[in-house]
Amino acid sequence: MTARVGVVTFPGSLDDGDAARAVRIAGAEPVRLWHGDPELHGVDAVVLPGGFSYGDYLRCGAIARFAPVMETIVDAARGGLPVLGICNGFQILCEAHLLPGALTRNQHLHFRNRDQILRIESAGTAWTNTFQPGQEVLIPVKNGEGCYVADTATLDQLEAEGRVVARYLGGNPNGSQRDIAAITNQAGNVVGIMPHPEHAVEALTGPSLDGLGFFTSVLKHLVGAPA
Amino acid sequence: MPRVVVDVMLKPEILDPQGQAVANALPRLGVSDVASVRIGRRIEIEFTGEPDLDRAREIADKLLANPVIEDFTVRLVEADETVDARQ
Repeated sequence: MTARVGVVTFPGSLDDGDAARAVRIAGAEPVRLWHGDPELHGVDAVVLPGGFSYGDYLRCGAIARFAPVMETIVDAARGGLPVLGICNGFQILCEAHLLPGALTRNQHLHFRNRDQILRIESAGTAWTNTFQPGQEVLIPVKNGEGCYVADTATLDQLEAEGRVVARYLGGNPNGSQRDIAAITNQAGNVVGIMPHPEHAVEALTGPSLDGLGFFTSVLKHLVGAPA
Repeated sequence: MPRVVVDVMLKPEILDPQGQAVANALPRLGVSDVASVRIGRRIEIEFTGEPDLDRAREIADKLLANPVIEDFTVRLVEADETVDARQ
């Protein structure tokens, strides 16, 4: 049976279309979810796409955290539902306390838009199990508030538990502490990533096909997961 | 109507690039005696009934501030107190 992967559209989401396309290219059925609808419609995993949910007013992701669909996703994620937050989705996951830390304004204050080399540090998550640990991938980054911060104790804990999922190589685009580009929760089912794997799934529109691994990983995870 | 004012500031240990950019621009105005600038956000809340500081604190903690990176203070401003930034 084809896995069903939900992609949430918030008011202000930009990359929901690309995320749904990436899900389809990876071989799953994308299911569009709406921020105001608390139902998850039987999806097996959820992607929170990039963009500017609720206009990014107040703080990025702060208002989206209280969207009806998020209330359901937070509970389901605590129960093991794989959730990938990309860029604005990462910000929402931090605001929802599914991931520790916060994303703040890029240190240099400039919006950064470029192809970025990442090193996959953890291949043990639901979204990175098709990668090799230490593998380098090329994935676009585009953000204005992508600087990952957390207190030293939290950072040390993330490192000690192998929860830093990816790190920036060849220059840190936003000043993130310890060059962190992606992290996961303790169970490894929730991943937040600042770069955009959904923009690297086709030769025509992306710099590589490296992003596809995130979406094929969740399919592999679902096959292996007990029903 | 009395208002509740919530001031949200980045914690001191969190780098404030916005404030730093402003501080770096000050010499261009001929200002050379400013050591640092930190930029925060001020939110004014009007309740329909009596102002409720505890409710305001809860709103601030849940939504207005992100306690991971920000501190906030909550205080009451009297109805006749002007809050005009031009003063």
